[in-house]
Order: sequence, then structure tokens, then C-alpha cells
Amino acid sequence: MYKSDFVRQLQTPGGTIQLRRSIKVDYTLAVILLILCGMGLLIIYSATGQSVFYVRRQLTFILAGFFIMILFAQFPQRFWERWALIVYLIGVIALIGVLQAGIEINGAQRWLDLKFTRLQPSELMKICVPLMISAYIAKRKIPPSLKHVSAAVILISVPVLLVLRQPDLGTALLISATGFFVLFLAGIKRRYLIGAFILAMAALPSLWFFVMLDYQKQRVLTLLNPQHDKLGAGWNIIQSTTAIGSGGWSGKGWTQGTQSQLNFLPESHTDFIIAVLAEEFGLIGVLILCTLYTVLIARCLYIGLNSLTMFGRLMAGSVAYTFFIFVIVNLCMVSGLLPVVGAPLPLISYGGTAIVTLFAGFGIIMSIGNESKKSRSVS
Amino acid sequence: MDEDSAFVDDTEMKRLFSRRVFFASILAVLMGILVLGRYFDLQVNRHQDFVTQSDNNRVLMRPVSPPRGLIFDRNGELLADNQPTFNLTIVNERSNNLEVLIEDLQQLINISTQDVAQFRERLKRRKPYQNIPLKYNLSENERSILAVNSFRLDGAEVLAKLKRYYPQGPLFAHVIGYVGRINESEMRNIDPSLYRGTDFIGKLGIEKYYESALLGKLGHEHVETNARGRVMRSLGKEDPIPGANLRLYLDANLQRTAQEVLQDRRAAFVAIEIKTGGILAMVSTPSYDPNKFVLGISQTDYSELVKSKNQPLFNRAIRGQYPPGSTIKPMFGLIGLQNKNITTEHVIDDPGFFILQGVERPWRDHNSDKGGHGDGIDLAQAIIESCDVYFYNMGLDIGIETLASFSSMFGLGQVTGIDLHGEQPGIMPSKLWKKHTLGETWFDGDTINVSIGQGFMLTTPLQLAVMTARIASRGSHVVPKLVDSKNDVNIKNNGISLMPVDIQAEYWTYMHKAMQNVVHTPQGTAHRIGKDLDYTIAGKTGTAQVISIDADEEYDKTQIDQTQWDHALFIAFAPVEDPEIAIALIVENGEHGSSTAAPIARVILDSYFNEVEKNMLVGR
Repeated sequence: MYKSDFVRQLQTPGGTIQLRRSIKVDYTLAVILLILCGMGLLIIYSATGQSVFYVRRQLTFILAGFFIMILFAQFPQRFWERWALIVYLIGVIALIGVLQAGIEINGAQRWLDLKFTRLQPSELMKICVPLMISAYIAKRKIPPSLKHVSAAVILISVPVLLVLRQPDLGTALLISATGFFVLFLAGIKRRYLIGAFILAMAALPSLWFFVMLDYQKQRVLTLLNPQHDKLGAGWNIIQSTTAIGSGGWSGKGWTQGTQSQLNFLPESHTDFIIAVLAEEFGLIGVLILCTLYTVLIARCLYIGLNSLTMFGRLMAGSVAYTFFIFVIVNLCMVSGLLPVVGAPLPLISYGGTAIVTLFAGFGIIMSIGNESKKSRSVS
Repeated sequence: MDEDSAFVDDTEMKRLFSRRVFFASILAVLMGILVLGRYFDLQVNRHQDFVTQSDNNRVLMRPVSPPRGLIFDRNGELLADNQPTFNLTIVNERSNNLEVLIEDLQQLINISTQDVAQFRERLKRRKPYQNIPLKYNLSENERSILAVNSFRLDGAEVLAKLKRYYPQGPLFAHVIGYVGRINESEMRNIDPSLYRGTDFIGKLGIEKYYESALLGKLGHEHVETNARGRVMRSLGKEDPIPGANLRLYLDANLQRTAQEVLQDRRAAFVAIEIKTGGILAMVSTPSYDPNKFVLGISQTDYSELVKSKNQPLFNRAIRGQYPPGSTIKPMFGLIGLQNKNITTEHVIDDPGFFILQGVERPWRDHNSDKGGHGDGIDLAQAIIESCDVYFYNMGLDIGIETLASFSSMFGLGQVTGIDLHGEQPGIMPSKLWKKHTLGETWFDGDTINVSIGQGFMLTTPLQLAVMTARIASRGSHVVPKLVDSKNDVNIKNNGISLMPVDIQAEYWTYMHKAMQNVVHTPQGTAHRIGKDLDYTIAGKTGTAQVISIDADEEYDKTQIDQTQWDHALFIAFAPVEDPEIAIALIVENGEHGSSTAAPIARVILDSYFNEVEKNMLVGR
């Protein structure tokens, strides 16, 4: 399968030219990603109390991720479409592996020890699922029939249920969202949408009573009234909103945020890193970040809109919205609009698997972009 | 569209995709606006609130203890000092396991179970992140052991604090008093905000009376703390105002001399500077070491002090109430003269006893066994030789009411108003007093007893010194006081300038002369101390009976317990021409004012005048 892909590619005249033009990179994406990662490094440095250790590790992940992105961008889009199932299965096996032999940290099994590094398979699934669903749906009728939608829902459910057992409700919901975006973009009929919505609403009570664990319920309750337990459950959200609010327009200055520097802010270099940015760089910093994110997402959508294949459209579009929903969920969580779920801020938060996964996703989008209307007309 | 209808045409698929992207993008933009609105609300609209909250988070006001005011004698000798002391404290929030920490500490240094018990008591009423003392006054060795092991003693901290120290030890214990830890009943009566920086409060003496001046004003340090309460840096502070330094009228050298010559006798001595009312010396022996009380006296030391028969904790100078004996004769003589009951020419015959009509029992003179003082005794001779019979006669003639009201002008029967707590008023009896306290009517016999300073009459050594000073100053309203100045600013009198005692000038002169002759003539009861004097002393001895002895019984000291022996008293002022110093001395069970008290007073007075002379030479 994989051999034939290459052979075919190399045999086409256009492909030979492209290969000769050496490395294919979407510069818009690459530049924005590097700027965002650079910002992330600055804030991680400040949030960890000027620790070079974390910065160096994160930089390693960024470089590794960047390399993977460039590498993935070189593969033709059909390669990804064909290998989607394998990638998906590897991800599912890794998730089962986590439940069997994962490392337990803070009561949740989320990591696999690969000796040289730790892997968080649930992060991988954030790209594996849209990839799998895009590949599956693109080959079927558009808009997808009920049968195919049902099959897609099963494909989504498997990793979601596995992640739920870790337990990690937030990531499970995000993963289902990524799959849902594909179905939505594929033009899933409105009645399914409405049906899914009603089903979701109906499932909420059972989610509350049967699926959600006490600490997860606590987080939801805390959101409603953080002052109830100021030093306990409410602490995180009180401290993060304080950090954000005290930043004002222009912030307290880099490494000058008292909330983060004096450890009032929890998880300041991972999930709550936006609070550090908001405290030290103010609303202006937040707006700059959001602008960069917007450009990034717009670029992905642009690639999707210009893709010549349904897979390319679905994959690029779903990754774009997946990325968007990660950003929004994190911004809401830290500012007290959503309960605290384990959702890092994409490209900024410290964390290896997440960074590498995102870069991989953008690599696939670049590979889609290589074969878009634009690139074809150029070649 | 039904189930099976699907696009085949890519353009249509693309159009559907574009529509969905458009729709999703609108949703995304709306969500983005909502989230940014939230950030705008937090960072712009509610910015000030959060700035305040974040400052409240990190900025803590720490009390900075003011050093307690120092206490000096009149020559600048230090009587109460502050010394650094090191205490082992625990912040519960910072310890991982309190019990393990205490055990670890106990293995390193000696911490008694009592220390731990007291620590647990304090732990109950602590504030979060407060340092709770576990052990006070660490030795240098203990401090270094703790410093070496500090890495594994999270939550334990050695804090340096200032501790009160009394360099003179027992010498000034009864005057200065001492400070000690604030106890619960004191806690209820103080404003806790003033005491945030200290554990100590004046318990006794000047330390207690001038507590508010000595305490000083608490300062504050604004410190930045992290989420665990550890101080990261100081953001500026408001310095504490140290407690006022007190300068006393006391003369440490005079005090020392008095203490040395009194040794371990049960005795009290008070010396007053007549012109100011300043207390030059106030000694109550035996004394105790006030330093033991500062950090909490041990149970054994305390019970030893309490159980001692000599009552070292008892301030005899202001709380000891003794019959004044013959020392009040000059005052009564002045009252008799002023009240015209006697004249300076008035004489009596003294057979050695006095018989009141209707009373079988005679009142003896102290030298009744020698047949009395003889005939033709006038007031001066009655003072010089201390003739009781003269005063029996005169006292009866004056009457108790007049004696009592005049005596109060000399300061008897009431507190003198010295700047110390716990002063006793003594007793200057009257008919009303007897009725009130004993429910009995007054007899002439009671007056006779009072007329020689016995019976119901009781005075404190301080009252006798004040009386003497008022006699010496020809009736000035001398009020005793210990503290001369706070931070070199003189303490003003509280505005009450009472009328001087109204007695004619020649009577003062007459009495001064008589008192001078007590010392300076061979007949004088204190003639022994008149030898080799290069200044003049006017004095009066007294011998106060502790138990009443029947008229026909002999006072035989071998027959009675030493604690029942007579008290020896002596009052004096000097120099007679221009009185500077007035003194009162009582030696419990010292038997005779003339043989015991007066010689002691002479040594002290000599020391005083030697020093005055020395100072004058230096001054030149």
C-alpha cells in the first residue's frame, strides 16, 4: 500500500517536479506556528519561575514537532487518507495500553512510559479521530447516510470511552467534538444534528449521575460558585480570574506577574498558562494571541476550502475547528466560564505530546495544502 | 433531501462544505467574541477589583515589635534592658506533619513535655501562618543544632526576639518589677492590636505602672508572600516607635548601699529627695531575681519564693503595714503645738507609767524599769528621749479625731500616690473607723495607744518617709514619685498642688531642733550615730511592738519567737539646715530603733552625702 503510493507519486510528472523543488512547506502556517511557540516559551519561562529546564524541554518538543510537521507535509494527501485507519488503530491500542500499563499521576492514568519519553495517547487521539473520520466519510456518499454516520459514531465512541475510563472527561468530550466536526462539515443532515442535540441534552442527566465522578461534579459546582470553598475547590478559579483581571490592558510586565510568580496560580505553565499571559501582558497580549490563532485557523480553513478532495476539505476543516475548540475551551476554563477540565492551551502550554500532535496535524494539513487548487495552478 | 440522495458532483459537495464552514465560522466568531468579552470584562471593567485582590493575596502586614523602653537611674545607670533571645517556633501550615516534627525536634534538643503542652495550648488560639513558640531562650548550642538540621525541619523556625533583662538582678525587683508573658486574664483587658508584636506585658512595679509608655507603638512591615505564606521581599515599612525610656529619681548607688547594709534582714527602706518628692532609694529585703519571671519562672523556684518565711516577693516598702511606734511623735508634737494643747514650755512629770482613770492597767513608758524619764519633761525632751508618758497625756488631750485629721495631712492613713500599683493605705484610726471596721466604740485607751504609734495605727515605710519629708520641708505637700522623665521630658505633676500643712514656722524650727538633738546630743535615743558626723541629721527612733505585752509582764526576747520581736524603726532627714533627703527605715523584729535601725540609716546617709560631695567635686 504504502510503497505503491510512492511509486505512483514519483511516476507522475508533476510529482517529480515537486520533489525536485525539494521541501514543501506552507510558510504562513510555519511562521505563525513558530511565533506562537516562541510566545509559549517566553510564558513558560516566566510561569516556571525563570526555569531554563522547562524551556529547554519544551523547545526540544517544538523542534521535534516541527520536524515531524515538515516530514508529514512531504507525504501526499492520499497517503494520509489510506493510512488513517492504521494511525487510528495505533492510537486506540495506545489508549488500551494506558489503561493496562499507564503511569498514574494524580489519580488518573494518562501516560505511557516509552522509556525515552512519556506519551499521552489521549492527546494523539485529538488528531487521529478527525483523520480517521475524514478518511472514512470522504470515501462514502456526501452527505453521509445514516449507516455511515452510525459507523462514524462507533469509530468516535471507542477512543472516547477509553479516555473516559482514565478518567478524563474533558479530553473525552473534546475528542468526540473533533469527530463531530467532520460529520458536520461533511454535511450531515439537519435532522441528525437536531436529533444529536436532543440526545445530548437527554444524556446530560445520566452523564451527571452515572458517568461523572465526584471530583468532576465538584468542578462543575465550583464553576457556579467559586467562593463557596475559597481555599479548596474554588482556589484555582479565584486565583486565575484574579491573575487575568489584575493584568489590565497592558499587564504587569514579563516575569512580573505576582499571581504566577508567587505561586498563587495553579498549573501556571500547563493548563492555566493563559492566566500568566493575561496577567503579565494584559488584554493586549490576549488579543495578539487570539489574532495569531485566528490567522492560523483561517489559513487551515482556506486550505480546506481550496482542497480538491473531500478528505482534504474534511481533514483541514475539522482540524481547524478542533484547534479552535481547544483554544476556546481553555480560555473559558481559565476565565471561569467552563468547569476546570484538563485542556491545555494549544501551542502555548507546556506539554510534549500535545505539541507534537498539533504539529503532526498541521503537517497533514500542509500536505493537503500542497495539492490544493492553488498549488496545482502554481505547478 | 432523503436518505439515499447524495451528491455525485464535487462542486455541489464543495458548496455544501463551504456553507458548513461559513456557518461554523459564524458560530466560532460569536464564541470568540463571547470569550474576549469575558476577558475584557475581567481585565478592563473589573481591573481595579482584581488588582486589589491580587495585592491582598500577596501583601501581608507583619507587625514589627517596638523595643520596650529602657529604665535608667538618675545617673544613667541601666536598670532594665532588652536583650536578644532566640525562640524555637513552629508554623503549623508549613510543617508536613506536626507530630513528626515535634518528635524530630525533641530528638535534637531538649524540649520538655511542659513546653509541648504549653505549645499545644497556644496552638489552639493561633492565626494561620503564625509562628507559635515551642521553646524559648535557645542556647547557642541548640541554635546551631537546629540550623544544621533545618533542611529536614520544615515548619520549624528560630526567631530572634528582644527579651527584658534586669542587669541589677534583685536590687530593684520591688521597684522596677518585671515583665512576663501576657496571660489570659490580661489578654481580656488589653487592646490586642497594641500587643501584636510582643508576648510580654509589665506585671509589677514600674513595668506595670508605666506599661503604656514603655510598650511603644507597633510598626508594620508590608511583605510580599507567596501562596504558602513565605516572605519573598519587603515592600516598605512603617517603623515602630520604641517605648519611652524612663529615667528614675532612684540612685542606684544609694539603693545598693541600702541593700548591702540591710543584707538579708526583713526590712524596708525608703529615701525621698525632699525638693522633688523623687524616690532616691526604695529597698525591700529580702528580694528576688526578676529575670526569672521574664520567661516564666519554674515551679520549684516559684514555690521556694512563695514558701519562704521571709516573703521575698512581698514589697514591704509600699505594702508592709507596721505600727510606726515612736517615729510619729514629732508629728503628734507638732499637732499638739499647732492645736494649742501644749506649748513649748509645757512640762510633765514621768514616773514611768501612766494611769487612766477607771482603767486598772497602767500604760508603761519604755524605760519604766528605770523609773521613767523624771520630772519636768518638755516636748523637746520627750522627743529626744522618746518619753511615752508625755505623749499619753498630750494624745488624750488632743483627742483621736484631731490626731487623725492632722495625720492625714502628713500622708498617713491613705495611699501616698506614688507611681506604683498595690500601695497599702495603712491605718490612721478614728472613732468612725473603729465603728466601721470593728463595730466597737472608741475608748480613751485606744487614743493612748495611738499617741505612741501603737494600737490600731499602721503605716507603710513609704508613708513614714513621706511624713518625714513633709516635716523636713516645713509642711510642703511632698508627693513621692519614682519616674523623673520619659524620653528626657520631665513628667509633670498631675496638677494638684495641695496646700502645705498649716503649722506655725517656729514650731517647725522647734521640732527640727528637737529631732536634731535625738542624734546630736548624748541624751538622744540615736546619739550613737551622731559621732563623727560632718553633716547634721534630724531623726527619730521607734520601736514597735508586734505583740502586746501585759503591763506587769516583762518583755523578754528569749521567751518569744523571733518573728514576734519588736520592729526597729528610724526616720530622719538631713541636713537639718537645708533638708535634702528624708528617710524611713524599718527592720522587722530588729528590736530597737536606736541600736538596729539608726546605725543602718547612718551608713546609708553617709553614702548619700559622700556621693553628693563627690559629685560636687566632679562638677567643679
